[in-house]
Amino acid sequence: MSASESIAGGREQRVLQIIQTARAKRPRFRDERITLAHGAGGKATQTLIDGLLVPALCEPGSALAALGDAGALTIDGHRLAMTTDSFVVKPLRFPGGSIGSLAVNGTVNDLAVSGARPLALSVSLILEEGLESDVLRAEVEAIALAARSAGVEIVAGDTKVVERGAADGMYITTAGIGAIDPRADCSSGAITAGDRVLLSGPIGEHGTAIMLARNLFELDARIESDTRSLWPAVDALLDAAGAELHCMRDATRGGVASVLNELARAAGVGVTVVETAVPVAPTVAAAAELLGIDPMYLANEGRLVAFVAPDAAERALAALRSVAGCEEAALIGEVTPETPGMVLVQTGFGGRRVMDQLVGDPLPRIC
Amino acid sequence: MRYVDEFRDGRLGQAVAGEILTTVDPARHYKVMEICGGHTHSIYKYGIDDLLPANVELVHGPGCPVCVIPMGRVDDGIAVARTDGVIFACFGDMLRVPGSERTLLDAKAQGADVRMVYSPLDALRIARENPDREVVFFAIGFETTAPSTALTLKRAKAERLTNFSCFCNHVTIVEPLEALLGSPEVTLDGFVGPGHVCTVIGTRPFEFIPARHGRPVVISGFEPLDILQSILMLVAQLRDGRCEVENQYTRVVPRDGNARALEVMAEVFEPRPVFEWRGLGFIPHSALALSDAYREFDAEARFDVPGVRVSDPTECQCGDVLKGAIKPWECRVFGTACTPEHAIGTCMVSPEGACAAYYNYGRLARAREIV
Repeated sequence: MSASESIAGGREQRVLQIIQTARAKRPRFRDERITLAHGAGGKATQTLIDGLLVPALCEPGSALAALGDAGALTIDGHRLAMTTDSFVVKPLRFPGGSIGSLAVNGTVNDLAVSGARPLALSVSLILEEGLESDVLRAEVEAIALAARSAGVEIVAGDTKVVERGAADGMYITTAGIGAIDPRADCSSGAITAGDRVLLSGPIGEHGTAIMLARNLFELDARIESDTRSLWPAVDALLDAAGAELHCMRDATRGGVASVLNELARAAGVGVTVVETAVPVAPTVAAAAELLGIDPMYLANEGRLVAFVAPDAAERALAALRSVAGCEEAALIGEVTPETPGMVLVQTGFGGRRVMDQLVGDPLPRIC
Repeated sequence: MRYVDEFRDGRLGQAVAGEILTTVDPARHYKVMEICGGHTHSIYKYGIDDLLPANVELVHGPGCPVCVIPMGRVDDGIAVARTDGVIFACFGDMLRVPGSERTLLDAKAQGADVRMVYSPLDALRIARENPDREVVFFAIGFETTAPSTALTLKRAKAERLTNFSCFCNHVTIVEPLEALLGSPEVTLDGFVGPGHVCTVIGTRPFEFIPARHGRPVVISGFEPLDILQSILMLVAQLRDGRCEVENQYTRVVPRDGNARALEVMAEVFEPRPVFEWRGLGFIPHSALALSDAYREFDAEARFDVPGVRVSDPTECQCGDVLKGAIKPWECRVFGTACTPEHAIGTCMVSPEGACAAYYNYGRLARAREIV
């Protein structure tokens, strides 16, 4: 290496170091207005949370500080998890589900992946003036049905009506409480190099079903949303792996890619995913290919990723596969000490690439 | 997927990568530019650069239609979008591209009716469904997408739609390549040619590159095996001392292109005298405007378009990056003032831009060297 090359090498190193430091810093929220990107679950959402919400609302050491899918509370010796989620899906009904079933399962799943058995929900309805009563009736029935099958009780509720145009049909907010399972000891901090990454089944079905239901593409394919309660899957994992189950996440908005990135950063580890091991239904793969979207970024409503100690991985996978709806669960990768904060993909073609967080929506490419 | 998976076979990929390794001269450095953004995308998606020998460097060219739109044109689009009664239809990729002050996504947040479409025909449908609104389609892209815009305009004319117009930003590929090659700093050894553009214009328009600039070209398909094979064909030309346009994408690309598409384009478009390219400056005859016969559908004639030129920020060195004269990290503002979240230059705007790619993947390259 010549002298000039080594100087250049030093400068390149410095530039990379600057980027690394900038990335590690808490992002500042300095956007003038909220755009749809702030709701897409990618970098803009992260900036909103880390730059505005956390500094204002989060006391160090509080339940919120862990920034998990649910906050953990201890009340009179009882360990509880609490969470909330709003649902604004469009259209209200789509193959495989509707806003009502989503509102129940979404909150149930945030509790479940926090290692808590879901117990009770509250339901708030924001209705647009002019909404047909039959539509509302169907959604209330969907809420009741989903709550029954998830084994949770609806214990409180609220109804508001806003002028026509001030909402799009209906929005639902649910909050949930669950009892943290004594077998569970999960957190992003428990993720360790060598952990195996399990995925509970084929990905991208919810996101694709919604896109197709919007009729934007004139594509005709039968793809149903995967909306379902994840508690049976979590229950099976806890049974099989106990404390060796290090962390779980519900791969909703932003898909598996976003969840893995969040956890890689939170735990300060690298994650390598083997692309060919990730189950994707052929119809979803074909639709994603056509639209230029990577299924790894597509939303799911009944899929989790689990980080499990290597010894327990086989056991945990077998347990997961015995749960209805998770028959195609797979081991998709592992945690590495190298490249902390990054998610790498070993592509089916043999190369490697970085699977980064999205900046905004997964928008289809044009060429 | 049949007829697709065959071109993604990892074992064949390893075999071609092995052949590239035995074809290159280990003492030589190769700088190959893939012209098209679609190729850049495939290269990242499949990790193709990871399979290449260390002395084969890929340089990302000016073929990303989103990245090359100058800020002034984005401002013009936003001005039209904010006009009362307008529905502004554009491709999703365009929404986040910064103008001088804001993006189309910001304009949407401020109340403009900006709608994402997936085809120009979607915009036409919106026009039919909203006869009391003006619907403007933001047309972008190279010769690949220009025919579909042309057909859409023909249909609008046949249907006598009066509330539909097109803000035309179609560009052509040969002129910026000529401009690039005319610059003394260019240190490229050869080109991977844009397969989809060539399905329309054929391979002949690229023959000036070997003839006048002494660099080989291989027109390539978009699957990973296509691209690897094209790189092999390029380094083989360099090894053999040949210099010509070769066609790897013979299953799709004819030498003379698609006569029907060219005919429709000639009817609907005419060359602009000059067009500004982000990072590359003004290039004569490098873009398309609507022809006289279609002037009635020209949004630039129908609306008050500011047409103010916004110069690229002076600190930005995208032009040098695009020419391969400097590496992304050698730019003055790379990684400090210019990041993917707050991009200054074109190369940072699209995830496939050379700088955004390096920003996100550079650490991977380092990790690989250490290992």
